[in-house]
Amino acid sequence: MKGARVWRVAILVACVALLEVLCLTGVIDKLTMQPPHRMAVDLVNMLVSGSLNGAIAKTLGNAAVAFVAAVVLGVFGAIIIHRLRRVRDTLEPLFATYYAIPVFAFYPMLIIVFGLNAAPQIFIGAMLGVVAVIVNTLNGLDRVPNVLLKTARIQQMGARETAWRITLPYAAPYILTGAKLAVAYSLIGIIGAEFIMSNGGMGYEISFAYNNFDNKTMYPLILLILIVSVSINMLFARWEKSILARRGLR
Amino acid sequence: MSHVAQVYPHALPGRRAGDPKPGTPAVAHVSMRDVDKLFSRPGGNPDDTFHALGPIDLELRQGEFFAVVGPSGCGKTTLLELVAGLSTATRGEVAFEGEPIVGRIPDGVGVVFQEDASFPWLTVRDNIAFGLRRLRIDAQEKTRRVDRALAMMGLAPFADSYPAQLSGGMRQRVCIARTLVTEPRLILLDEPFGALDQQTRLLMGDEVLNLWRKTGATVFLITHALDEATMLADRIGVMSARPGRLIDIVETGWPRDRDSRIVQDERFGAITARLWRALREESMKSIGALKPGAQP
Amino acid sequence: MNRRTSILRNTLTLLVAVVVLWQLLYWMVGDVALRSPAQTLEFTLRFVTTEQFAGHLAETARAFGMALVLAVVIGLGIGFTLGGHRFLGEVFEPMLIALYSIPKITLYPILLLAFGLGISSKVAFGTIHGVIPIALFTINAVRNVRAVHLKTGKVMALSPLDMVTRIIFPSALPEIFAGLRIGFSLTLIGTLLGEMFASQRGLGFLLMSAIGLHNVDLIMTLTLLLTLFAGTASVILLAINQRLRSRMSA
Repeated sequence: MKGARVWRVAILVACVALLEVLCLTGVIDKLTMQPPHRMAVDLVNMLVSGSLNGAIAKTLGNAAVAFVAAVVLGVFGAIIIHRLRRVRDTLEPLFATYYAIPVFAFYPMLIIVFGLNAAPQIFIGAMLGVVAVIVNTLNGLDRVPNVLLKTARIQQMGARETAWRITLPYAAPYILTGAKLAVAYSLIGIIGAEFIMSNGGMGYEISFAYNNFDNKTMYPLILLILIVSVSINMLFARWEKSILARRGLR
Repeated sequence: MSHVAQVYPHALPGRRAGDPKPGTPAVAHVSMRDVDKLFSRPGGNPDDTFHALGPIDLELRQGEFFAVVGPSGCGKTTLLELVAGLSTATRGEVAFEGEPIVGRIPDGVGVVFQEDASFPWLTVRDNIAFGLRRLRIDAQEKTRRVDRALAMMGLAPFADSYPAQLSGGMRQRVCIARTLVTEPRLILLDEPFGALDQQTRLLMGDEVLNLWRKTGATVFLITHALDEATMLADRIGVMSARPGRLIDIVETGWPRDRDSRIVQDERFGAITARLWRALREESMKSIGALKPGAQP
Repeated sequence: MNRRTSILRNTLTLLVAVVVLWQLLYWMVGDVALRSPAQTLEFTLRFVTTEQFAGHLAETARAFGMALVLAVVIGLGIGFTLGGHRFLGEVFEPMLIALYSIPKITLYPILLLAFGLGISSKVAFGTIHGVIPIALFTINAVRNVRAVHLKTGKVMALSPLDMVTRIIFPSALPEIFAGLRIGFSLTLIGTLLGEMFASQRGLGFLLMSAIGLHNVDLIMTLTLLLTLFAGTASVILLAINQRLRSRMSA
């Protein structure tokens, strides 16, 4: 609805304006937060100067790898689990309680095994995201109507061809929902790991800046992560919506 | 066990277009001999089986239009799946064009289901073209066939739409078109118009007759609508309540160039009445209103 | 009875599989990064009786309890308001969904600056993790109350309060509860993460210092305890959820 969107933009602008006023008048002191316009300027300067581009590339790159791993492992895992009823029933309680487990506790062990490099972080990011992908993919696979599977057999398609040409295309929007969640989880995994222990990356820089009262660096970095994650999420959501609209489902 | 009952002695004895030439060996197009289908109950002991269907003996002549009617749950869909090769008979033999069907879908068979089987992620054109994936014909021939199917089913203006944008009846046409492009010799229809309203059903019936004549295929239709069966078919098989057996086969004797206006024929009512006479008792059994053996 | 015993059997199989996998990993990786199940069990039994544990547990429990209450109250409030008013819902729900996708761990330094290093920042962190899913699920739950029930309420001339408490809330309860279940897990994780990064007390802090001191016994024990608690709570909530749902769709 057009009206709602206008209101949303207006509210966002109003919130940012309010923050701006509160910061400029000193109600929020300089040590706590910069004025929003300052954050934006610092961000542009930071990107232009390229001083932290290495850290940014490192974090976003690792998050991308973790994301791909979560999606690939998640989809394949779900396809296998879907065929093995007993395994699926056994794993259900694990999936239901998975997101209560403090996965970051495994981080130090992973560092010892893999060393202090990208591998343990990517592992954590993928571990966080993979279950969301599995659960949503299973949901999609469950929904494939029987009549389409019968049609596949009539068309003389083998198991692999059926999975590739019928099952996956049908389940695609649901897989996309899982992938959308995996984007957020990969970022959380990488950045959280960098907060705990790392030698570089955006999380590391934010932590460093915080400890040194360096708001000039900290806020732009946070802002950048927010922008990236919201943008990617909106892209995925738009893609998801267009697929579902084509199917007359939303 | 099968027998042919002449409804009207003056039904046409002469040859109709599409009949096998005299002197051709009478190899049934589809034959089922002494076929039984049992399912094992899930989670139970292996001896606990569900007798869905049979024993069935049936032969379909090449190019005929055969309909099956019966109470719900009698095994009509199971019967169709046996002929399609989607399921294997527990006992007995099912053969298509002389070759026994064993768990494989034979070439030259097309199926249209009751539920919408169109692929929501493909356009109408791509849906129809999907049927041609496996055939070794060049791209030009493929396009030609798809265009012809689009024209035959009246879908040409919607070729680039998605199924979700079409009505239920149109989607069924897409499924039928997808079946037709492979030029099947046997077309199986499992209550394809079940989800449509009565007027659309009658018109679709006309279209099916048209296609039947144009393609010369053998058509096997399952329906619960007696008037639909009577209008469309050359012969109608009546199934009993579960386990389904053929208790009657009725010859309609209609001319090949019929359409939905055949409902006005004076014999139409008599045929449907005969079907219902045979079916009523079985229907009551199947909904539990009658214990087996009791008098209706 | 058949279903319940098979659920029990599946959960037992899962637990056994986890323990076996754990033991295998221990044999592969060794004492440098892991402890065996038996060792961890022994250390845990010794540890839970210490005063140190009791103190930190109390701290975490306080923070978690407060965060949970806040998340539930605020979440339900937002959920009922946005679910009940069509336009408000249309305006604000997409914003909530966008907020849900942000890796909230990046906001943590901001919260620290705003609330200081005490218990309030932990509570804030826990709350922001849990409040959004509760709100989103509640919005959906309220929207999905069947129109015929609402019409019945109007015909009976129920007051607005009665409408909410006697019709909307009972009808939407199963789905609201699903949101509460997820909110519970996420609030717990949020509180723990908050404790990990800037607190001198609490189980999260204990975990973080154990990571820093490389006290593998303590890391394993804390992970085990937290996982057990979160897992058990999750399973219980899931069971309640199932019962609510089956009662409604009977």
